[in-house]
Amino acid sequence: MTLSNASPLPHGGGPVLSLEHISKSFPGVRALRDVSFVLNAGEVTALIGENGAGKSTIVKILTGIYTPDEGEVRVGGAPKRFASPRDSWASGIAAIHQETVMFDELSVAENIFMGHMPVTATGLVDWPLMRRRASELLKRIDADFGPDAKLKQLSVAQKHMVEITRALSHEAGVIIMDEPTAALSRNEIDDLFRIIAQLKAEGRAVVFISHKFDEIFRVADAFVCLRDGEKVGSGRIADVTEAKLVSLMVGRPIDQVFPKRDIAIGGTVLKVEGLSNATEFADISFELRRGEILGFYGLVGAGRSEAMQCLFGMTAPSKGRVMLNGEPLAISSPGDAIAAGISYVPEDRQDQGAVLELGIRENVTLASLAAHVKNLFLSRPSELQDVRKLGKRLDVRAANWEQRLGELSGGNQQKVVIAKWLAARPKVIILDEPTKGIDVGSKAAVHDFIGELAEEGLAVILVSSELPEIMGLADRVLVMQEGRVVEEFIRGSWSAEDIVAAATGVRKAA
Amino acid sequence: MTPPVRQAIADAAPPRVSDWLLRWETILVLLLFVVIAGNTIISSYFLDIYNLSDATYNFSEKAIVALAMALLIITREIDLSVAAIIALASLATGLASEAGAPLWVLLTIGPAIGIVCGAFNGFLVTGIGLPSIVVTIGTMSLYRGLAQVVLGDQVIKNYPKDYTAIGQSYLVSWPPLPYSFVIFLVLAVLFGIVLHKTAFGRKLYAIGNNPTAAKFSGIPVERIRFQLFVLTGLLPGLAATLLTARIGSTRPNIALGWELEIITMVILGGVSIAGGSGTIPGVVLAVFILGLITFGLSLINVPGIVISVILGCLLIASIAAPILLRRAMGRPKRQA
Repeated sequence: MTLSNASPLPHGGGPVLSLEHISKSFPGVRALRDVSFVLNAGEVTALIGENGAGKSTIVKILTGIYTPDEGEVRVGGAPKRFASPRDSWASGIAAIHQETVMFDELSVAENIFMGHMPVTATGLVDWPLMRRRASELLKRIDADFGPDAKLKQLSVAQKHMVEITRALSHEAGVIIMDEPTAALSRNEIDDLFRIIAQLKAEGRAVVFISHKFDEIFRVADAFVCLRDGEKVGSGRIADVTEAKLVSLMVGRPIDQVFPKRDIAIGGTVLKVEGLSNATEFADISFELRRGEILGFYGLVGAGRSEAMQCLFGMTAPSKGRVMLNGEPLAISSPGDAIAAGISYVPEDRQDQGAVLELGIRENVTLASLAAHVKNLFLSRPSELQDVRKLGKRLDVRAANWEQRLGELSGGNQQKVVIAKWLAARPKVIILDEPTKGIDVGSKAAVHDFIGELAEEGLAVILVSSELPEIMGLADRVLVMQEGRVVEEFIRGSWSAEDIVAAATGVRKAA
Repeated sequence: MTPPVRQAIADAAPPRVSDWLLRWETILVLLLFVVIAGNTIISSYFLDIYNLSDATYNFSEKAIVALAMALLIITREIDLSVAAIIALASLATGLASEAGAPLWVLLTIGPAIGIVCGAFNGFLVTGIGLPSIVVTIGTMSLYRGLAQVVLGDQVIKNYPKDYTAIGQSYLVSWPPLPYSFVIFLVLAVLFGIVLHKTAFGRKLYAIGNNPTAAKFSGIPVERIRFQLFVLTGLLPGLAATLLTARIGSTRPNIALGWELEIITMVILGGVSIAGGSGTIPGVVLAVFILGLITFGLSLINVPGIVISVILGCLLIASIAAPILLRRAMGRPKRQA
């Protein structure tokens, strides 16, 4: 691939790419059925739908990973058949993935030009030219790092910028962004949106996939909504409301996404005093009562997860005291925490929460195996009893309880992970971003369930970066900023603006 | 759209013949039958009960170590120093014998040395956090080097009769069953129960598939891995006691290269080198397949070098087969 034949797509209004009656099946699953839509130059098209609706399959067809069973992809009016990711890339389609797949040990310039490095007459890599072109491209999107930085030194947001630069290096006409904001802080999201605006101005077509409606309304011009592999709606974003999109996605209107239950709050269960560690958080103190939902809000990197993991025994504190039901607690491992009645549902489901290769049953009982030991042996009937009960309560959708967790949708995986933590019969449950990256339907089920837990007398800590979620569920919110609790808000006397201001460190005008 | 009332979710998928046929253990059973049939056709001496009993001598000691190695590999670790541990443990037994130690000392000093060696490996891996492949390449040289330094070019041969009897006579006279084979069978049953029926076994699979999630689930990942390293020291120690009694001598090159044969048994048995899957019945079947191929080929005087070429091909085929099968007909299960 040389740079001279780049720009194969027409820039400047009108359709760039179209999907015509695309269908795709996998053994036992119809992933897409007769889906058609058009991407226009200079427009952002939001691709929306619950997890499992077929968004990823479309991305994989566009990027040449899957070939459709029926229908065709047209680029600039001409039908194209992508036999490999290379074909799709050559047609000017670039994707920026949810979990960036790049080369950590290589430089930014090498990552940008991987697969199409400029070469000299002798066939060797033309390093000076590559570095020069890389700096030019980075300058175009106002990147704050140079072409020689190693990728592993960059933040997730900066890695996204490298991927965008990679797409630009190739003059890609279609740029697909699959949940690009999932791991970004507020400022980084603003930066990303600025770059998207620039891509639009340059006449590129952008496909934007996100579960967050505020982002969709901020950035998209058009939308395509999928449900169960079919297109259920499309149109201009300006012509729809959030409620309309939600009902299109789930097939039913969700009137109240966060119904707050009226729960009597009991006595103090957990008391934390001055919890600190060397670098990430300092002097965290709070009390948590029976039936209470205590929210922890803050920006990414504010130290919330780190403090919670310390409380759970993953790391050792440098200072501080923890009391459970009035008794001092010495926790030096997650095993101790679980035994004491503290459960922690980690933020990173794939890596920290789920064992994807094992079955649902094996996952649900993993943190409470001792309870299922009868005469030295694990008792499958006893395990299944818990699995059935919790699976039903959380509305897990699966073929059977032995199904491999990796085969379930993200939302259902998360329900199984939460079930695992409930099976440990906790007194205190800490949920760290429990609805991150899951679809609207599963999200509502998880929210409903959090309320139910509090109602049953559990003490709940909810760590979340989604303000509507935290304001909808929590009784109190502690805002963390740079490792410290900076402000406390009580339900009824808070406003979204105040909470965000506290989290970002903005001084309120008196 | 999902209907509002859904059927209850089944406990398990309905059994399907294709799933059963695609199980790795089923393939191994078929392979074992092919090996037995082939050997019976090739040599009329194969089905002789005394010949078969003698054949077990050639693999039982390695097979004992393979059981511990299987657990270790399932948790994403490996121990390449097992053969060197055998050498060191055999040396200790020899020195004890020369010093005139009583029988019980001769029987326990090998396993004791094994435990010490395994604990040292485990400490370097789980205590300091070094990768096990590097650590055990190092301790492989260290342990065997120690044995060679002490032994020089000597051979220890004066073992008492009551000790060598354990390696050279049968525990049960009819059917003739050697000590080492019976110990292997008993340990295999024990390991099978622990891995497949207890909470400890479940934890090993969880660690092998996702150590981070296992740690978050309250499983003491590093402590369990340490215990497995100690076990993978103890069993080579036991194998050394049996081997030394059988051959009645200790040389510096005792059990040289066994670590690879042991790992071959584990991999052919269906334990994924990436960790997280594999079964004890699979490993036991692989032990028999490898043992009987070696025995059958040596009955018709195939040179040892040719046998190792054949076994090498078999190992590669066993790793390639599931991947090729998966491409051809979906995902075969290599795990209980």
